[in-house]
Amino acid sequence: MTNASDLPSVHQNNDADAGSTPPKADEALPGESMVLPEEPIVTIEASKSWVSLQLRDLWNYRELLYFLTWRDVKVRYKQTALGVAWAIIQPLFTMLIFTLFFCKLAGIEAQTGGIPYPIFAYAGLLPWMFFSNAVTSSGNSLVGSAHLITKVYFPRMMIPGSAVAAGLIDFAIAFVILVFLMFYYGVAPAWTALMLPVLVMLTVVLALGMGMWLSALNVKYRDVRFALPFLLQLWMFVSPLIYPSSFVPEKYRWLLMLNPLTGIIEGYRSSLFGKPFNWTALGVSTLIGLLLLIYSSYSFKRMERSFADIV
Amino acid sequence: MKPIVRVENLSKEYHLGERGAAYGSLRETITDAVRAPLKSLRRSNGNAKSNTIWALRDVSFDVLPGEIVGIIGRNGAGKSTLLKVLSRITEPTSGRAELYGRIASLLEVGTGFHPELTGRENIFLNGAILGMARAEIERKFDEIVAFAEIEKFIDTPVKRYSSGMYVRLAFAVAAHLNPEILVVDEVLAVGDAQFQKKCLDKMQSAGEQGRTVLFVSHNMPAVTRLCERTILLEEGRILADGPSREVVGTYLRSGLGTTALREWRDLEKAPGDDVVRLRSVRVHTEDGRTTDAVDIRCPVGIDIEFEVLRSGWVLVPNYHFVNEEGLYAFVASDKDPEWRRRPRPIGSYVTTAWIPGNFLSEGTLIVGAAVTTMDPVLTHFFERDAVAFQVIDSLDGDSARGDYGGPIPGVVRPMLGWTTQFEPRAFEADATHDGETTE
Repeated sequence: MTNASDLPSVHQNNDADAGSTPPKADEALPGESMVLPEEPIVTIEASKSWVSLQLRDLWNYRELLYFLTWRDVKVRYKQTALGVAWAIIQPLFTMLIFTLFFCKLAGIEAQTGGIPYPIFAYAGLLPWMFFSNAVTSSGNSLVGSAHLITKVYFPRMMIPGSAVAAGLIDFAIAFVILVFLMFYYGVAPAWTALMLPVLVMLTVVLALGMGMWLSALNVKYRDVRFALPFLLQLWMFVSPLIYPSSFVPEKYRWLLMLNPLTGIIEGYRSSLFGKPFNWTALGVSTLIGLLLLIYSSYSFKRMERSFADIV
Repeated sequence: MKPIVRVENLSKEYHLGERGAAYGSLRETITDAVRAPLKSLRRSNGNAKSNTIWALRDVSFDVLPGEIVGIIGRNGAGKSTLLKVLSRITEPTSGRAELYGRIASLLEVGTGFHPELTGRENIFLNGAILGMARAEIERKFDEIVAFAEIEKFIDTPVKRYSSGMYVRLAFAVAAHLNPEILVVDEVLAVGDAQFQKKCLDKMQSAGEQGRTVLFVSHNMPAVTRLCERTILLEEGRILADGPSREVVGTYLRSGLGTTALREWRDLEKAPGDDVVRLRSVRVHTEDGRTTDAVDIRCPVGIDIEFEVLRSGWVLVPNYHFVNEEGLYAFVASDKDPEWRRRPRPIGSYVTTAWIPGNFLSEGTLIVGAAVTTMDPVLTHFFERDAVAFQVIDSLDGDSARGDYGGPIPGVVRPMLGWTTQFEPRAFEADATHDGETTE
């Protein structure tokens, strides 16, 4: 961590990292002994056509990510009668409805590979709920933080980033219910459950990629706010949430694979219930997720300049 | 000495009009894309140019470490834009600025405060947003709470705070930031007078520690008192840059600043409460002419017009006179025997105070106008920089300065009664002679 005494040696003068030292000081230096660095700590000018991600800037402000996430979590359930229970109610009731309406439909239950339908559905709903909530809240996060954007500097990516991170808390709570459900139905977790952290990471990458890009677009085009719920609803039906991917005729299954969530949702089930992984689908999810994250990071950075002026 | 802030030809252009200023919708962008050829045609006619405004234009200046620089100017002169560019909230259109130290900006108190969170939680959140490290906030936590004087309410959600408590807490966090460059915008316009003073002192001590402060304000006395140097902006350009006294004087004389007459047409928005509201404040000569330049030898009248909305209150109008150095010259309150201790009925009032000629010093006087109830003490409103006027000394030799032409210090320059007692010596020659004999 930078502190005042080693300040003169911390000059990042390359443009890529210009302006990356956050103002966190220890005691102020007395006037006489103040030694100014040779190169400016921050250079302010119109950015060039190319953009840099300023990763060091992000790293320096990592504590802010923690505080913003903590705020989101803390505030979300304040003044709600049921509080954190909402994190459970949402997937649990969706699962019940799915079970009620789709379980016997068209022989879905026969295709879940011996997994009781409620757990099958819940295991798919976990990543989906996290994904859709994270994308929704991060997509609207920048517009909702206009008062911060126009008043203080910090890496703007922290805002959609913290919205996604806050979703992880809900995910963790909902996950506990899954453990109970599996216990109830007598489904033992397989050793492949060790893959779960990787799958969670992949979901975060995808959610961040979508959320960040949409949040930046939302600043300029408020259409995003209206399009988003609609888009997510459609997305839900083309993801193997209610049905397993084997439910789709072989001929069209490749189409389903193009949806990056297919690999992820199927991956959760495979790892939890010890079924073979569909590595092709997972590969597609990883590739799309990473490409999307890289694209949206650069796109975000490019749009970031005008946030304060138009938000 | 090497500057800590170097600003070179900084310019910022804003786009106005239907597009650009507001957010667009996708449809507009699509239709615009279709109409693109037409648009570029129109732009070549120079039509698009009129839709832009230069909030900053070729602004250049250096700030040395430890300097406290005031930035003044009318609303829309570019002060806030300058601070926003320097604090990296918005990008300049051209030009550059180099900062040789860590910067923290305070464009508002309580940025990021969340009403649902407690005082304690908000200290951490706000501190982190302003760029403080967690360990640093923990270390300064007690100091911040003590500074804000809210020990008892630290675990209460801030939505239950009074506005005074809220502001005190918000400023306390900000005042404990320790960057090398601090950028402050008008935040001192809030809070009660005593707390304002505490904040000013805190800032002042910051400067003495070698911190560089850029301070935007409309509060001329504060600017002159806090800053040795002041930059005057007008229409995005630097109009003057120099010692605060001179620049503030220039600003006030130029008529860019406060004027001899201030009116509040909308009673709803006028200073005041549900008992009394301010209508206008006016500086005028003996013959009733509104003026912002008065002869040092002539009396000056200050009018305050106010509306009493609820009867039964004893109201005392009072004026606060501050010179351009920020020194309180004096305070005067209504001595009209007719309204002494007498509750006022609903209605409109104009109260005039007369300052005698040959009493004030030359220079600018800023007048604050207030209406107060004395028992118990309650200030219904206090408009700090209500009006201002210039006192001009005469060089005719008949004012208190006499035939002396140089600058004279002091907040008053009264014409005193002078008497001389003189006893002529009968033997002047002998006296001289005595002196010589002792040699």
